[in-house]
Amino acid sequence: MGKLDAKIPAGPLAQKWTNYKATTKLVNPANKKKLEIIVIGTGLSGAGASSALGELGYSVKTFCYQDSPRRAHSVAAQGGINAAKNYQSDNDSVYRLFYDMIKGGDFRAREANVYRAAEVSNQVIDHYTALGVPFARDYGGTLNTRSFGGVQVSRTFYSSGQTGQQCLLGTYSSLNRQIKSGNVKMFPRREMLDLVLIEGKARGIITRNLVSGEIERHSAHAVVLATGGYGTIYFLSTLAVNSNASAAWKAHKKGAFFANPSFVQIHPTSIPQLNEFQSKLTLMSESLRNDGRIWVPKTKGDKRHANDIPEEERDYYLERRYPTFGNLVPRDVASRAAKERCDAGYGIGETGLAVNLDFRDAIKKQGKKAIENKYGNLFEMYRNITGIDSYVEPMRIYPAGHYTMGGLWVDYELMTTIPGLYSIGESNFSDHGANRLGASSLMQASGDGYFILPNTINNYLSGEISVPKISTDRLEFAEAEKASIERLNKLISIKGKKNAGSFHKRLGKIMWDHCGMSRNEAGLKEALKLINELKEEFWKELNVTGSLNEVNPELEKAGRVADYFELAELLVTDALNRKESCGAHFREEYQTPDGEAMRNDEEFTYVAAWEYAGEGKPPVLHKEELKFEEVEMKVRSYK
Amino acid sequence: MSKVLFASISKKFVMALAGLFLLTFLPVHLIINFMLLKSDPAPFNAAAHFMATFPLVKIFEIVLMAAILIHVTYGIFLQISNWLARPVGYVSGSKAETSFFSKFMIWTGATVLTFLVLHFFNFYFIKLGLVEGDPENFYSVAHDLFRIPAYNYIYLACFVMLGFHLYHAFSSAFQTLGLNHRIWTPIVKKIALFYAILIPAGFASISITLWLFS
Amino acid sequence: MKLTLKIWRQKNASAKGNFETYQMDNVSPEMAFLEMLDSLNKRLVEEDKDPVAFDHDCREGICGSCGMYINGHPHGPVPAITTCHLSMRFFKDGETVWIEPWRAKPFPVIKDLIVDRTAFDKIQIACGFISVNTGSAPEANNILIPKKISDEAFNSAICIGCGACVAACKNASAMLFVSAKISQYALLPQGRVEAKERVRAMVDKMDEVGFGSCSNTGACEAECPKQIKITNIARMNREFFKAF
Ligand SMILES: Cc1cc2nc3c(=O)[nH]c(=O)nc-3n(C[C@H](O)[C@H](O)[C@H](O)COP(=O)(O)OP(=O)(O)OC[C@H]3O[C@@H](n4cnc5c(N)ncnc54)[C@H](O)[C@@H]3O)c2cc1C
Ligand code: SF4
Ligand code: FES
Repeated sequence: MGKLDAKIPAGPLAQKWTNYKATTKLVNPANKKKLEIIVIGTGLSGAGASSALGELGYSVKTFCYQDSPRRAHSVAAQGGINAAKNYQSDNDSVYRLFYDMIKGGDFRAREANVYRAAEVSNQVIDHYTALGVPFARDYGGTLNTRSFGGVQVSRTFYSSGQTGQQCLLGTYSSLNRQIKSGNVKMFPRREMLDLVLIEGKARGIITRNLVSGEIERHSAHAVVLATGGYGTIYFLSTLAVNSNASAAWKAHKKGAFFANPSFVQIHPTSIPQLNEFQSKLTLMSESLRNDGRIWVPKTKGDKRHANDIPEEERDYYLERRYPTFGNLVPRDVASRAAKERCDAGYGIGETGLAVNLDFRDAIKKQGKKAIENKYGNLFEMYRNITGIDSYVEPMRIYPAGHYTMGGLWVDYELMTTIPGLYSIGESNFSDHGANRLGASSLMQASGDGYFILPNTINNYLSGEISVPKISTDRLEFAEAEKASIERLNKLISIKGKKNAGSFHKRLGKIMWDHCGMSRNEAGLKEALKLINELKEEFWKELNVTGSLNEVNPELEKAGRVADYFELAELLVTDALNRKESCGAHFREEYQTPDGEAMRNDEEFTYVAAWEYAGEGKPPVLHKEELKFEEVEMKVRSYK
Repeated sequence: MSKVLFASISKKFVMALAGLFLLTFLPVHLIINFMLLKSDPAPFNAAAHFMATFPLVKIFEIVLMAAILIHVTYGIFLQISNWLARPVGYVSGSKAETSFFSKFMIWTGATVLTFLVLHFFNFYFIKLGLVEGDPENFYSVAHDLFRIPAYNYIYLACFVMLGFHLYHAFSSAFQTLGLNHRIWTPIVKKIALFYAILIPAGFASISITLWLFS
Repeated sequence: MKLTLKIWRQKNASAKGNFETYQMDNVSPEMAFLEMLDSLNKRLVEEDKDPVAFDHDCREGICGSCGMYINGHPHGPVPAITTCHLSMRFFKDGETVWIEPWRAKPFPVIKDLIVDRTAFDKIQIACGFISVNTGSAPEANNILIPKKISDEAFNSAICIGCGACVAACKNASAMLFVSAKISQYALLPQGRVEAKERVRAMVDKMDEVGFGSCSNTGACEAECPKQIKITNIARMNREFFKAF
């Protein structure tokens, strides 16, 4: 594979997308019906793409592992979705949204893609509103916004604390309309096991029917991965417990480059781990930081109840370190600062791995009612889980693995390095650089699905109109199917003693300790060693009960964990390679004297796209140099 | 269109309407029954005669019978399909907080229906000439019946059941007809309680008085 | 604490199924209910026995995957939460806990505690949408909606499609679920355009797939983890009559 070509259209930044759309090749409506597209994933990106492609008249087959497309993890997003509507007349614009994202991503994202994401954001809001998504409104009947995630304008549209759910249900409804029309065929409870290539092009997938256990072949003219993020590589994260990287990883092993795998966002405000059995960390929306103040005691190991610690003995460390942004610094900064305090011994609670998020002052100033109106459901959720009433004592929070900026490398058209294989939403790497700003992922996933992919995929498919329906009897399908079955049987035949979940938990701990919020060379090398040891143990001591031909969650889990071992190695390798601190990637060796991240633009202004080189061989690094034509690279400062 | 007529909601709609209609008849019947308390049989028999012969009432009677028939058959049909929708039940039962009486509507309804059949044999069928008796002297028929203790037991038990049935039915009918309102629904529920106690208590008071004091 | 679990085990859709008893000796009150089952499953795998299958995903009360009938209540004894949010601190030491799958003809058991809820999807496919093509939407603020109405639509829209309403209802009726969706669209001007077709198609499908009908018992409302109100059902009925 030669040089990476991002296929960025010529012309000024603001004109690129318009120009692209005006000149790209199209597919005649009569031919669309004959062209089949497989979409894996039914989050905002996958369901959005399926709907839009169905509306255009393509024959779409859509897959998800849940029992219903409505349950994709986009459903869990709380805070909101950005758009450059400038409804508040606060100087917002497409350019400003673009700039905030580029800067927030610490100048490690591709300008043209980011600009386009900002550009389509307004259409996304229009579309959701038309679909009946009940966004919050003002008394005059217009849409309301709030400010979110470390920016100075109010551009985040929201539906209480359930924005993701409302957007996803809107998307699900448009998907249903296409299912009814017959343009989309839905395959729930299917897990993609492998990608099938014919003459180098993506032509289909192998899936396992999670009810019957049957291994199935599906063919198409193009394949779209919309499989979400891989944050569960840390075991404990804010993702759904069944979220996985397997589909993307299989594509990677078939030739799709994996970009910036080590860029993982750790969200600062999640409910801390309470005990060793915990399976999941619940996010407390970032919006809480608008009114809550974060602090730890000034004395190490102070075990007094938070309410008994007087004002002068509290360290509001974010306000102290970042007077301008205070508690509203971006996520990576807030997370690291919390870790720094806890590592230094100031953390609270039994584990010492938590900090206070205190609403005392806000309640005093605005009244309990006002706070209840804004965050009632979050306080309720917090109490359900922890039993603590945050109206009278502070919440305890701690950072948690949350979002993966890294993902499959895609060009401007969202095509991976495999012709005919696309990647959209969180599963690709493209728009968030080294750190994602709040409320920009729903925006990107929806934009990718509804407005971008349906406009770029024609360019490829216009060359495929003469290709007849692809037969699944072809040798390539048979081989891929055989390999998938062999692998599953191998997992079943180990017959050790331990369940897959226990390995996942241990892998997660290695990743969190050595490749989490802050990383260093020695730790990363240690991690590689530990991952390998654990992987060996996995392939010796795993037990998968039951068989291939039945409902078998243990088998599903085992397959996902096995892939995570391989991805974990790549993630650590990438972190080792990137000898700089940028965004969420913090290498301890590269920091300023006061502990801030230090980028190395000279050497690392590139996307690290990794090519799979085969079992046991080190991956090959390809660099996509990032050129910033519109913006000037600055040191990101929130002081 | 035919689909719409046989939709579950339509069936419930018809059932609710029929039920509400039956609710209007009960007070009328009760008022006539109060005449049984008089020692003079004439007013009661006159009222009964009027009910049996006045043309408008005759039409009303047909509608009433139809309402009963519809209410009962639809009730039974819906209940069967509801049972079919839950072929396997729960071992741990149901501990949800619900309107208690709603769970037994089919049984309270069935009791009331049984009573109705008995009642028809005693009165209505006589009037229609299906059963032997004097339709012009229901007063004494009633007085004779209420002298039998067993009849009174059955009568009272059935009216308790009717009360249970009415209590849920009253407000439920409004909900089914789509009439649920922040302010009005709680009031309707209060009226339902009032109605469900008053009507059966009225009928029962007559039977008890006749049984014990005459 | 110690618990005795009585769990419905059923190998597959056509198998007969029965309750199995499991002794749990080491349950921490800090565990979530599903984590308690995770620990049981870990033990079962170590003993090379078939673990208990159940649906779950987000584990934060929003995806609607999880759902078990626990001691007489869908999602367990605590109101307004899903099974995944149920904490073990609500159980007593020594308690016997019955765990059953949702029971309804349109929700056949797939395995153990997993049921097939595609009947819900079928109802939504029937017309649970607003017909608008990508790209043809008007500018969002051209549609003005009073805040009160929009908030009310939101309160209906938060249904997570878990099926607890069906599980709770003695008639296995899906009216709370269906009416929540119908209400959301009926309240919004965007949804009014197709209101008649929608309510007819969705009610039709609801009957066709075999759900029972509502007898206004209110179990659904009492057990719904998202506190969807039965006023939605009244609204659906109204919409249905209007659609004649
Ligand atoms: C708790 C939480 C809160 C968040 N809050 C916000 C927010 O406020 N604002 C914001 O902008 N972003 C937020 N995000 C991020 C955002 O929600 C996600 O990045 C985004 O929704 C991802 O959408 P997606 O379509 O890419 O993937 P997902 O919604 O994750 O969907 C993935 C799909 O892929 C399918 N799938 C995966 N693997 C396979 C396989 N092997 N076979 C078959 N199917 C498969 C799944 O079934 C699923 O349908 C939040 C994320 C989390 C976890
Ligand atoms: S109405 Fe409530 S109980 Fe029924 S599916 Fe929706 S959220 Fe679940
Ligand atoms: S697992 Fe998602 S709601 Fe419980």
